[in-house]
Amino acid sequence: MSDEFTNGTEIEVRGLNLWYGTNHALHDISIDIPKNSVTAFIGPSGCGKSTFLRCLNRMNDLIPGCRIEGKVNISSQDIYNKDVDVVDLRKKVGMVFQKPNPFPMSIHDNVAYGPRIHGAAKKEIGGIVEYALRSGALWDEVSGRLSTSALDLSGGQQQRLCIARTLAVKPEVILFDEPCSSLDPISTSKIEDLILELKKQYTIVIVTHNMQQAARISDHTAFFLLGDLIEFGRTEQIFESPQKKETEDYITGRFG
Amino acid sequence: MFQNAKINEKIAFSLLRMAMGLVVLFVLVILYYIISNGYSVISLEFLTSMPAKRMTAGGIYPALVGTIYLIIGSMAFALPMGILAAVYLNEYAKPGKVTWLIEMAISNLAGTPSVVFGLFGLAMFVKYLGFGPSVLAASLTLALLILPVIIRASQEALITVPREYREASLALGVTKWQTIRRVVLPAAIPGMVTGAILSVGRVAGETAPILLTGAAYFLPRLPESAFSQFMALPYHLFVLATAGTNIAQTRPIQYGTALVLLIIVLGVNLFAIAIRNHYRKKMHR
Repeated sequence: MSDEFTNGTEIEVRGLNLWYGTNHALHDISIDIPKNSVTAFIGPSGCGKSTFLRCLNRMNDLIPGCRIEGKVNISSQDIYNKDVDVVDLRKKVGMVFQKPNPFPMSIHDNVAYGPRIHGAAKKEIGGIVEYALRSGALWDEVSGRLSTSALDLSGGQQQRLCIARTLAVKPEVILFDEPCSSLDPISTSKIEDLILELKKQYTIVIVTHNMQQAARISDHTAFFLLGDLIEFGRTEQIFESPQKKETEDYITGRFG
Repeated sequence: MFQNAKINEKIAFSLLRMAMGLVVLFVLVILYYIISNGYSVISLEFLTSMPAKRMTAGGIYPALVGTIYLIIGSMAFALPMGILAAVYLNEYAKPGKVTWLIEMAISNLAGTPSVVFGLFGLAMFVKYLGFGPSVLAASLTLALLILPVIIRASQEALITVPREYREASLALGVTKWQTIRRVVLPAAIPGMVTGAILSVGRVAGETAPILLTGAAYFLPRLPESAFSQFMALPYHLFVLATAGTNIAQTRPIQYGTALVLLIIVLGVNLFAIAIRNHYRKKMHR
């Protein structure tokens, strides 16, 4: 498959298994996620796609009883190595969540939160905030009211603010965990346009319930079912000529 | 059938209304009784002068100051300790036998009679640590008394901080402690303040613990240091109403003292509510 990846591999997963207590939730996942492109994870609820996404920035570490085996290399670094600092990893691998979750602070402080904690100089903050909000396609809508509460924004604006907040930390990879599932179609299409823009600079992995969304914005698609990675390939190939019967059944709407 | 349900609803609602009305009535009666009997003695002089003529005349200055010292002293210990304990229990402690034991201990502490705290304070702070009957010993004793309330209120406040805030912060490469300090605690402070509100009233009103740890029957002066004995409003009230040389003569002073105590608690509550609203507004919730 690697000859299809013109940009090289950013995330390399080999033989990843995950257990919640005794529940074996992910089985032997191996995948190469290419750089500067959009990779979509699709599959029915409970198939493990979000769980797998959370392995990539070690958010599963927070869940008691969660055990992971296997290798995950991100830009050639084994992120489950004992020497890896999770905090540094999460700076490099940002995440945008299902429900927009701005902090109960001003718009400005939301974006400045990460850089401030990571020690950006005071006089740099303004520039970083503007850059991040511009990259998050939100600047024009909020530039006049940066000091107002982020919770007064609409859902779609909040989600773009969360993306800007992630960008402000200057990650290399951005993980999107169903970022549009609580948004209306117009907000969704804005986020989709934004993701297409962002892939020029970042490696993007997106979990989505919405197959049309995967087809619209992703370059590669991985189909998960019951904790197995069933099929992974170029998005056109997955949607037009799936190799596995399960993939075809899901895509044609026979289950899920 | 339907008719019955309607009648039942009417009966239930009138019972609820009656219960509520009764509670309000009692509060109003108590307030009226204390205010109408006490307001005539309240004056700046009453608040700022020493008791005179074997406490049958003069003011309540030393008792007022003593109670304020106790509030400040006990809060200075209990608030940080309670909040830190709650943060530890909620954010760091792994669920297990030890944590369970600590939680049980806190629940039991909350239900312990205050006189037992007084005895403990007497044994621990007054005698063993050698503070003597003093502001310090009484403040520490009261701090222990309100600690469980503050811990519980702080824990409740921490639980209500949405998990999404923590995840968002951690996902930005922020450490757990920084997340707690910058996101979780600010969001939890309004709730924690509510816990403090409840306990200030108790500190101002408790009599048994301070009786055993440093409250004086009568002192013609203010406490000079943390190691001095002191007068306090609730005990002063008790003394005037029971052991005073002339209960009839001190009656207005008794009501005046009760009224001042009430105003202090109310005032602190209002202050705390103002803080809470300020934070809420800041959070825009």
